[in-house]
Amino acid sequence: MANSTDTYAVPGVGAGLLDVYRRRFLLKLIVRKELRVRYRGSVLGLAWSYVKPLVQYVVLFFALGIVLRVGDQIPNYALYMFSGVIVINFFTEAFSNATRSIVSNAALVKKIYLPRELFPVASVWVAAVHFLPQLVVLLAAALLNGWHPDVMQLFGALLGFVIVAVTATGLGLLAGAINVFFRDAENIVDMLMMVITWTSPVLYDWTMIRRLAAPWVLFVYQLNPITVAVELFHWAFWYPTVDRPVELPPHLLITGFVGLGMAALFLVIGQLVFRRLEGHFAQEV
Amino acid sequence: MGAAVIVKGLKKTFNLRHSHSLKETLVWLVKGRKGDLTRKFDALHDVSFEIQPGETVALLGFNGSGKSTLLKLISGVILPDKGTVRTKGRVAGLIEVGAGFHPDLSGRENVYLNAAILGMTEQEINDKFDDIVAFSEIEQFIDTEVKFYSSGMFLRLAFAVAVHTQPDIFLVDEILAVGDEPFQKKCLAKIKQLSDEGRTLVVVSHDLDMIARICDRGVVLSDGTVQFEGPAQEAVAWLRDR
Repeated sequence: MANSTDTYAVPGVGAGLLDVYRRRFLLKLIVRKELRVRYRGSVLGLAWSYVKPLVQYVVLFFALGIVLRVGDQIPNYALYMFSGVIVINFFTEAFSNATRSIVSNAALVKKIYLPRELFPVASVWVAAVHFLPQLVVLLAAALLNGWHPDVMQLFGALLGFVIVAVTATGLGLLAGAINVFFRDAENIVDMLMMVITWTSPVLYDWTMIRRLAAPWVLFVYQLNPITVAVELFHWAFWYPTVDRPVELPPHLLITGFVGLGMAALFLVIGQLVFRRLEGHFAQEV
Repeated sequence: MGAAVIVKGLKKTFNLRHSHSLKETLVWLVKGRKGDLTRKFDALHDVSFEIQPGETVALLGFNGSGKSTLLKLISGVILPDKGTVRTKGRVAGLIEVGAGFHPDLSGRENVYLNAAILGMTEQEINDKFDDIVAFSEIEQFIDTEVKFYSSGMFLRLAFAVAVHTQPDIFLVDEILAVGDEPFQKKCLAKIKQLSDEGRTLVVVSHDLDMIARICDRGVVLSDGTVQFEGPAQEAVAWLRDR
C-alpha cells in the first residue's frame, strides 16, 4: 500500500508543489475537468480557442496596421503586437483563474483533503492548453511573413513561456490564497491585468521607454518577467521576419535568465504564503 | 505496532461571523482593532484518544457536538488550533458522500476524479473500475452526466468509489444512510469486510442501532469534549440515557 509506513503523518500538512508533482495523475484529471466544464454544451468546444485568437489577429492587422498605420514605426506591426498579446493572454488567463481557483473549488476544499496547490497549478495548465491554439495562429502569421528563426531564438521562446508559466503559478498561489480571506483579491488582480498590457512592450517598443525615461526606470522595467517574456517572443517570432534594421533590447538571453530568476522568486514567495494560509482554507472559504 | 490514529489535546475554534472584505478589516485596523472582528466558537477543546489498527470506532453525539469537526481534523481538511493529530498509513476521508463529484462530468469521469482524490493511482483505478461500477449497479448510466442521476444512483456510485480505495484508515460521515435496503445491506457487508481485512474505520452516524452492531468502540462527544469512551453498545446506551 502506498504511503504505508511505520512513521506517523500529520494530516493536512503536505509537501506543497512537490505533492502536485507526485499526484500528477490527479492534476491531469482536474485540468480535464476544468476544460470539460468550460466547454459544456458548446458545439465548437475547444475549437473556440482557435477562432478567438484568429479574429484577434485579423482585427489587429487591419485596424492598427492598415487603418491607423501604426506599422510605419514598427515593421510587421500586427505580428509584433500579436506575439506580445499571446504572452499577455496566457499570463492574464493563468493568473486570474489561479486567483479564483481555491474559492471556485470550495466544494472540494471543504470536504476532502488534497494538496490545494493542485488548483492554481491546474489553472495555469488550462491556460497553457488555450495558449497552444494562439501559438498556432502566431506561427501561421509568422510563416506568412517569411519566418526563418534560428535555434537560439526558438530556445528564447521556450524560455519566455517557462518564465510566464512560473510567474503565473507563483503569483496565482499568492493571490489565490489571499482571495480565500479577502475576495477583493480577485478584483485587484483583474485591475492589475489591465495595467500589465501597458507595463510591457506589447503595443509600443522598448526604445520609447529608453527615450522617455531615466536609465534606472528602464532597468526596473526590464526586471518585470512578463516584459522579458514578451521581448523573448518578439525575438523568436517577429525579429526573424523583419528585413530592415530594428533594435532589440541588449543581452536578451541574460535578461531572460534574470526574468526566470524573478519568476522563481515569485514562486517561492507564493508557495510560502500559500502554505501559511492553507490551514484555514477549509473553514474560511 | 502503535495506534493507527493518535489525537492529543485537540482544540478547534471557529469564527462565527466571517468577514471577506478588505474594507471592513481596514476600518477595523484603523479604529485601533477595537472589538472583535469575528466572534469565536470552540467546536472542540482538549480532546484526546487513540484508535488501534483494525478497530472500528464510532464517534457519537448530538448535532453540534463536534463529531464532524473531529473527523475533518483527522482527515486533514482543517488543522487544529492546539494539540496534535497523527495517523499511520493511507487515510481516505469521506466526509460527505459524493463530495468531489462534479455534476457536469459523466459517471465514469467522476469515478476517476474521485478515486484519484481519495489517493488511488491510475493503475489502481483502471484495475478496480469494473468492480466499482458493478458494486454500484448502475452500469447502464455510467457514461451519463452525473447531474441527470437520481440521488440514489449518485450515492451508490460515490459509495462504491469510496469502499474501493483500500485505505488503511477509512473515515466516514453519515455514509451509511445510503440507498435502499438491499444496497444498505451490501454496504454494511463491505464495511465488515474492510474491517476484517484489518483496516481501521472511524464512523460518524446517528443510526445508533447500526453503530451498536458494527462498531467495536464508541467515543461520545458533547459540547466539544469526550464524555464517554468504551465498547460501542455501552456508548450507545450511555447516549440514549441522556
